Amino acid sequence: MVRIIAFLVGLGFVSALLVGVVIPREAVEETASHTFHLHPKEVSFSSDGPLGKFDRAQLQRGFQVYKEVCSACHSMSRVRFGDLAALGYTEGQVKTIAAEWAAETPSINPETGEPATRKSLASDKFPLVYANETAARAAQNGALPPDLSLITKAREGGASYVYSLLTGYTDPPANLPKDAQPGSGLHYNPYFANLNLSMAPPLVADDQVTYGEGAPKATVDQMAKDVAAFLIWTAEPKLENRHHAGLATMIFLLIFAGLTYMSYQSIWADKKAK
Amino acid sequence: MSFSWAKQYQPTSAFGQWVDERLPLPRFVYNAVGAGYPAPRNLNYFWNFGFLAGAALMIQIITGIVLAMHYAANSGIAFDSVEHIMRDVNSGWLIRYVHANGASMFFIVVYIHIFRGLYFGSYKAPREMLWLLGVVIFLLMMATAFMGYVLVWGQMSFWGAQVITGFFSALPLVGEPIRQWLLGGFAPDDATLNRFFSLHYLLPFVILGVIILHVWALHIPGSNNPTGVNVKSEQDTVPFHPYYTAKDSFGFAIFLIVFAALVFFAPNILGHADNYIPANPLSTPAHIVPEWYFWPFYAILRAFTVDFLWIPAKLWGVLAMFASILLLFFLPWLDRSPVRSGTYRPMFKIFFWILMVDILILAVCGMKPAEEPWVRLGQLAAAYYFAHFLIILPIISKIEKPLPLPNSITESVLGGNNTVGALAGNAA
Repeated sequence: MVRIIAFLVGLGFVSALLVGVVIPREAVEETASHTFHLHPKEVSFSSDGPLGKFDRAQLQRGFQVYKEVCSACHSMSRVRFGDLAALGYTEGQVKTIAAEWAAETPSINPETGEPATRKSLASDKFPLVYANETAARAAQNGALPPDLSLITKAREGGASYVYSLLTGYTDPPANLPKDAQPGSGLHYNPYFANLNLSMAPPLVADDQVTYGEGAPKATVDQMAKDVAAFLIWTAEPKLENRHHAGLATMIFLLIFAGLTYMSYQSIWADKKAK
Repeated sequence: MSFSWAKQYQPTSAFGQWVDERLPLPRFVYNAVGAGYPAPRNLNYFWNFGFLAGAALMIQIITGIVLAMHYAANSGIAFDSVEHIMRDVNSGWLIRYVHANGASMFFIVVYIHIFRGLYFGSYKAPREMLWLLGVVIFLLMMATAFMGYVLVWGQMSFWGAQVITGFFSALPLVGEPIRQWLLGGFAPDDATLNRFFSLHYLLPFVILGVIILHVWALHIPGSNNPTGVNVKSEQDTVPFHPYYTAKDSFGFAIFLIVFAALVFFAPNILGHADNYIPANPLSTPAHIVPEWYFWPFYAILRAFTVDFLWIPAKLWGVLAMFASILLLFFLPWLDRSPVRSGTYRPMFKIFFWILMVDILILAVCGMKPAEEPWVRLGQLAAAYYFAHFLIILPIISKIEKPLPLPNSITESVLGGNNTVGALAGNAA
């Protein structure tokens, strides 16, 4: 009885599926973003790989690019000024960076209780660029610049995506369909899923950011790579701890596995087929 | 205990005897996973995975309890509290990565455990109850994993909850009220998050309870083995401890190496980038996909594209998705072959491996966007899935001629007289 019912139920599901297979469906038109969207460029960072470490000098350059270019529109709300010590800044430098930051930290007037702002401290998180989404959209022609704290984790391709996007602006190809052409206020970039984005090319000229002595030349490519590296750090400040702990754990586990294997072999020695 | 030659617990001290006479807990453990449980001597490495599943559950419970100390189930700050764990809590990044990847490891070992049971006929008499309890555990695991994923309150959490609870609205009449009752509103929100947190904390302990029943049901007939032949004498078995505790320890070490490689070197590889974007009810992700362990079921859900027999396609999909798991409850009565192990079933073996490939194809189709060729491929693969369990298995268990079985487990291990075994097999 169970098998008869099972057979009928099975027949029902199989028929419903096979009818679905044979019934023709309308062909889906290739969308422009399907055709023109590009995968991120190949680019490597010193933090890649199972034992990768950050390049402190590069992170500092990347922070400088963020500070002088990106931070005009993009917030970094999950990072504290004090965290920057991990990039090799001294306590004094961190305090100065916090105090001189363009946007101030929200506060209250200690006498009247009115909303006010104050200079940031090392213990503060990076203040928001805009008070809220509405303010951001009002200032940005309707677009919302995403917070960059987690951006390399929150995008397929991670830091390679950030680097490709920053260096990927081009003129639209001649065969781009009309409805995929960038409208007013939009900019063509094949590394962006929708092909057109509101952000104007942020890195446009060499030496746009003045790097310190001993640094590589601040080409657009170099600046994009540096800021992408910095954003790997903001998304996962504990990355080096992870790699380090991973190495120690692996050494421990390999020894553990060796010991358990030997004890398994010796316990079973008299039970195995000769 | 099941076998007359099982060793008896002997307290080694006066204190041990005192305890044993009042609360024989050491005796209980001794009989469950100690020298008092005789297990077949020929168990291969696939028999490690039951223990590994239990270990994975314990890791989830321990890391989960710590995470719950720092997590806030409130739609306004849930995502922030997860990032707080990642950045500010001491070793929080480690605990959270272990918990997130621990779910994947739990499913990997449970899938291997289930496939082991399917191949070696562990669901057959006298182990039906053991199998049924296992399917219950699997269902509870799926519910727990889904709700845990929602707690992160990223984009994929939110939209996953939206899609999964949306299944219920396919049911006629009662569908929409059930959906609202599950969510506590019209869309996933604070009420959803709070109840999911509560249940996500509760269900692992329910799983633990069912595991106790599962292990109890295992100890009545004793473990199955790769030959599927019954244990006949004491020399067919070895005491669980130290023989299988030693083997399980080695298996556990390998499990931990794979686990650690994921956690320390690729902690986000099994996740989805969109879940690092805070939940936003106003912005739908381009592709909503569940975690990898749900891909085959997601493929079955989406495989139904036409209304058939007056039942809408969406309802077919929902029914099929539930049926794809619930049919496992009937497996012991669908496959009537008296031979347990697939090793001695030439036809079954072929279809078993086709099923394995079929499930892999379903997984790929579940991951891909709903475009050709994945939709048609998914439909064919889903059709085979149902045909395999509901039509093919009952038929081959009737027409198949099994290979001769070894006379005993010991003979299969030590290589006895094969001719005698073949003759005896034919005579049987």
